[in-house]
Amino acid sequence: MSFITGVGLTPFGKHEGSSSLDLMSKAAQSALDDAGLKRAEIDGILCGYSTVSPHIMLATVFAEHFGIRPSYAHAVQVGGATGLAMTMLAHHLVTSGVCRNVLVVAGENRLTGQSRDALIQALAQVGHPDYEVPLGPTIPAYYGLVATRYMHEYGVTEQDLAEFAVLMRAHACAHPGAQFHDPITVADVMASKPVALPLKLLDCCPVSDGGAAFVISRERTGEAGVHIRGCAQAHTHQHVTAAPALSALGAEISIARAKEAAGLTISDVRYAAIYDSFTITLAMLLEDLGLAGRGEAAARVRSGHFGREGAMPLNTHGGLLSYGHCGVGGAMAHLVEAHLQMTGRAAGRQVRDASIALLHGDGGVLSSHVSMFLERVR
Amino acid sequence: MSERLADWTKGEQAITFQTCGACGHVQYFHRAFCAACGAADPRARRASGRGRVYATSLVCRAATPETRALVPYNILLVDCPEGFRMMAHGENGLAIGDTVTASFKPFAGKLVPFFTKEA
Ligand SMILES: [Zn+2]
Repeated sequence: MSFITGVGLTPFGKHEGSSSLDLMSKAAQSALDDAGLKRAEIDGILCGYSTVSPHIMLATVFAEHFGIRPSYAHAVQVGGATGLAMTMLAHHLVTSGVCRNVLVVAGENRLTGQSRDALIQALAQVGHPDYEVPLGPTIPAYYGLVATRYMHEYGVTEQDLAEFAVLMRAHACAHPGAQFHDPITVADVMASKPVALPLKLLDCCPVSDGGAAFVISRERTGEAGVHIRGCAQAHTHQHVTAAPALSALGAEISIARAKEAAGLTISDVRYAAIYDSFTITLAMLLEDLGLAGRGEAAARVRSGHFGREGAMPLNTHGGLLSYGHCGVGGAMAHLVEAHLQMTGRAAGRQVRDASIALLHGDGGVLSSHVSMFLERVR
Repeated sequence: MSERLADWTKGEQAITFQTCGACGHVQYFHRAFCAACGAADPRARRASGRGRVYATSLVCRAATPETRALVPYNILLVDCPEGFRMMAHGENGLAIGDTVTASFKPFAGKLVPFFTKEA
């Protein structure tokens, strides 16, 4: 068995003067405190990457800075899927006996540490250097292409997509650490500045500073146990030009494998933590994972299905769209919130039942997928 | 290796792709081998430049000073009858399913394929 024994999350937004290492350290200390573990008890470190401070050995840079001499350490890079990929690896490291307590950590001063142009340019390099990048695409454009096709095949509208931005903002309003606290409407999303049509500014996640961390352990350290019941990955392509048909994308493959690994079905799930870099990402993933029928996710948002009081509470912290996106730590916030919900510590955001959670991360342009089931054990 | 054909990625007014002599696989990103079966030396061929729009996105917020001066520009994925998909530019207002033909236009210091609706 593997347990998530501690979680840590900073507020997202502006952390003027904080470096990536500062934000990683802050989140890591919170996770250790939450787990009730000391530095000397951590024998594995997995960390994400920082676009602001790239380094060929970030895990050992962090280990030295934070004051840990682990027996296992390295960085992991799978874009937005990195947080869950690290969690999956930590799960295997502790269940196979390689490590006892693995610290998974990421943090980045992505908002204040560099210019917006520098970031957009850095991220656009996920495109093919010869066949895509010369055309001047951006990450929103890659997802904009996916969006027009998805809307065409399944009759989804721009208003439908806007519903996801409105929901994530409503959830963020209840979390003091979220980057945005002003409620928005579908009309606000529709009227926001065009970025890469059909995606407009409020269809896109912001850029944030922030950090997140967890400890994955062989044995539980507290009373309430959250264990990793099963997880799986799928990688079908890197570049959107080489992506398979919408019906053959990796989310469907990874969730099928994860269901088999966990021995669970979608009907067992009580809480959903799903990657939401853009509104289209969230709409597609919900439908790919089976949390809504094809083209029906927006209707489920309107009916309250994914709300705090609904049958399937979704990203109750506000997701990347409104809690914020600081790189690898961005999607790790989804797991932190799931953990708080599962252990009854989500305060005013607490849902009735989060006994089994489904988490899903996506990297690249729907290129890399990780699906994971968490289960609360007493 | 087969002789190199002119290609837009090298600044020439042509679109090329590769076919595998062993398994028949078609690939757009050029490599020294077939990505499906691994056979060496897939053959370069020149595409007709015709295609059908698979997806579009009108870029209104660009990343660099050079591209920002050119917004909005329409990025397309085009399915070509030879059996490959490519990214390109196209005239504004193109819809998914439109039959299109390639020409070439300068863009931010490079030559890029630009598709317009077939009459
Ligand atoms: Zn072949």
